[in-house]
Amino acid sequence: MAVLDWEVIQQYLPLYQEAAWLTVRLGVAGIIFAILIGLICAIVQYFKVPALRQIAAVYIEISRNTPLLVQLFFIFYGLPKIGIPTNATVCGIAGLAFLGGSYMAEAFRSGLEAIPAIQTESALSLGLSRAQTMRYVILPQAASISVPPFIANVIFLLKETSVFSAISLMDLMFTAKDLIGLYYKTTECLFLLVVFYLLILLPISILGSLLERRLRHAGFGA
Amino acid sequence: MAVKILAETLLSIRHIAKRFGDNTVLDDLSLDVHKGEVIVVVGPSGCGKSTLLRCINALEPIQAGEILLDGEPIKPDGKNITELRQKVGMVFQSYDLFPHLSVLDNIVLAPRKVQKRAKAEAEAEALTLLERVGLKDKAASYPRELSGGQKQRVAIVRALCMHPEMLLFDEVTAALDPEMVREVLDVILKLATQGRTMLIVTHEMQFARAIADRVIFLDGGNILENTPPEIFFTNPQTERARQFLNMFEFAAVKHHAPAED
Amino acid sequence: MPDLGLSVLLKGKNMARLLGGLWVALRISLIAVAISLPLGILLGVLMAGKNRVVKAILRVYLEFIRIMPQMVLLFLGFFGTTRAFGWNISAELAAIIVFTLWGTAEMSDLVRGAIISIPRHQYESSQALGLNKRQTYFYIILPQAARRLIPLSINLITRMIKTTSLVLMIGVVEVLKVAQQIIEANRMTSPNAAFGLYLTVFVLYFLACWPISLLARYLEKKWR
Repeated sequence: MAVLDWEVIQQYLPLYQEAAWLTVRLGVAGIIFAILIGLICAIVQYFKVPALRQIAAVYIEISRNTPLLVQLFFIFYGLPKIGIPTNATVCGIAGLAFLGGSYMAEAFRSGLEAIPAIQTESALSLGLSRAQTMRYVILPQAASISVPPFIANVIFLLKETSVFSAISLMDLMFTAKDLIGLYYKTTECLFLLVVFYLLILLPISILGSLLERRLRHAGFGA
Repeated sequence: MAVKILAETLLSIRHIAKRFGDNTVLDDLSLDVHKGEVIVVVGPSGCGKSTLLRCINALEPIQAGEILLDGEPIKPDGKNITELRQKVGMVFQSYDLFPHLSVLDNIVLAPRKVQKRAKAEAEAEALTLLERVGLKDKAASYPRELSGGQKQRVAIVRALCMHPEMLLFDEVTAALDPEMVREVLDVILKLATQGRTMLIVTHEMQFARAIADRVIFLDGGNILENTPPEIFFTNPQTERARQFLNMFEFAAVKHHAPAED
Repeated sequence: MPDLGLSVLLKGKNMARLLGGLWVALRISLIAVAISLPLGILLGVLMAGKNRVVKAILRVYLEFIRIMPQMVLLFLGFFGTTRAFGWNISAELAAIIVFTLWGTAEMSDLVRGAIISIPRHQYESSQALGLNKRQTYFYIILPQAARRLIPLSINLITRMIKTTSLVLMIGVVEVLKVAQQIIEANRMTSPNAAFGLYLTVFVLYFLACWPISLLARYLEKKWR
């Protein structure tokens, strides 16, 4: 196995840093929109809002049963042909939000549905209104149940950003591929690629398992 | 056949019917509850006891008849439903405390958010009530740190703190370990001596006999008996009630010859 | 009305080529699935077991595979093996190896989760009836674990099919690549074909994954 050439690594480091920064920026932007879409879908489904609920269900099925790469190709290369202009950045964020929205919706919905009906009933029987029951009784409990799947989704979506290189966004993946093609320093390029993804993903993963353990052991569940 | 000199009617149930699909749970049922009266509802499982309480608290819509509280109709979609619900406190079988709130916050949530009472005043009352049920030192605890009996006493305090005109108890001891049943029933007995209006669904026959002004025997969605406890437990009028009471008696087996096995 | 690719799609053998491309992708994922499921079950049982050394090694394997984007794994498998071992394997074989390693890791975690989710008293009451360890596993634990496991592993299959779309990036000629080629070839006559063709690929993937998702959900409901 080839030994790493540290000079090459030092030389490439700034390029990877820039790429990592882009990966994080696009990832965070996409995730924020995914959270918004997810919240809307979860609320619409929880309250069984007619029409909107069916639309949300169709969206979730489409989003969950198609790969992000194919979604991006369609948005980036297909949509401009019917007069919808896109640029790579917007397209990447939109694609990630389209994919992530359905995953976030499931995370939030599972939290809401995990709260037993008796909690709603006892709040109502105390005279709380529907809105107050939601705000003071259901949401605080649902939120903490949704934390582990939420973190898992964040990691999943950050990983999915690696697909962005397909639409020429200069993220980590693109940078690695580009450098390999140019100079054939394959080992160093792949090493840096792995290290940078670990730097981004490992802290979140550790935070996630810490939170999950805390919620499980100190959970207020009776 | 009521024994007490009766005050005015607080709750009036008139010819209500409750159906789940094709399944009729309550059928043309009528009942009046007077101020200060303690009514115990007994009957076999599935007879509609719990459904009756849930209808009174408008947790279930009814398909016919009406339920009046202080002369006002109770309906799940009614405009003043939250005001009416405040007048009726309900305690459930399962420990239904809010697990994310401390004992004290469980109790003052509704007084503060619904009745807009001041924090200090609501908490002071909550602590007084907690002291009365022997749980003042648990005010800062979370529900998961309490035993079943303690949780149920907190649930009763939570209902009381809203100053309800009437209390509904839905098999509040059914999920408890035997040694905790007593501590909860004692609290309810104390409430009876204070002249509270209560509608109690229970399987504790001794307790029913001790606390009830009237016993209602419900079977097949209908009231079959509506008598003082002395009569119900010694000389029930219907065959169904007799069979029901028999289930609580045990024949002695000790002297039987050992079964061959 | 501008041509959005329908005529291109219907021209000559284009649709057949597209389906052929889809088959290339599906073949990779199905081979990987076929190897991953049994391997994953084996590793999962080991991970739920008592041997600490084995558990630690598997844990590192699992965590590394799970935290890396599948695209990175694919690059490691394709470019990395050439570099490290001097192997020159085809992109398709590299993809099969990588997806098998990934699928095995995910499957083993599902199996481990299903086994440890069986409550303690199930083991105890089985042993109280006089069943030995092996019998307890075969008659009591595994049948219950299987019910939880089957819907989840069917879901894993759809995830693996979706992930196979990435093989485009290491040069496998699969459905997206075929679509690209068709679009290129018809650039002059129908410049807007990208819309119709990529939409078709989108729909094809959906049609491949959706029935499997529905089956998983049906079983999950039925067996809950």
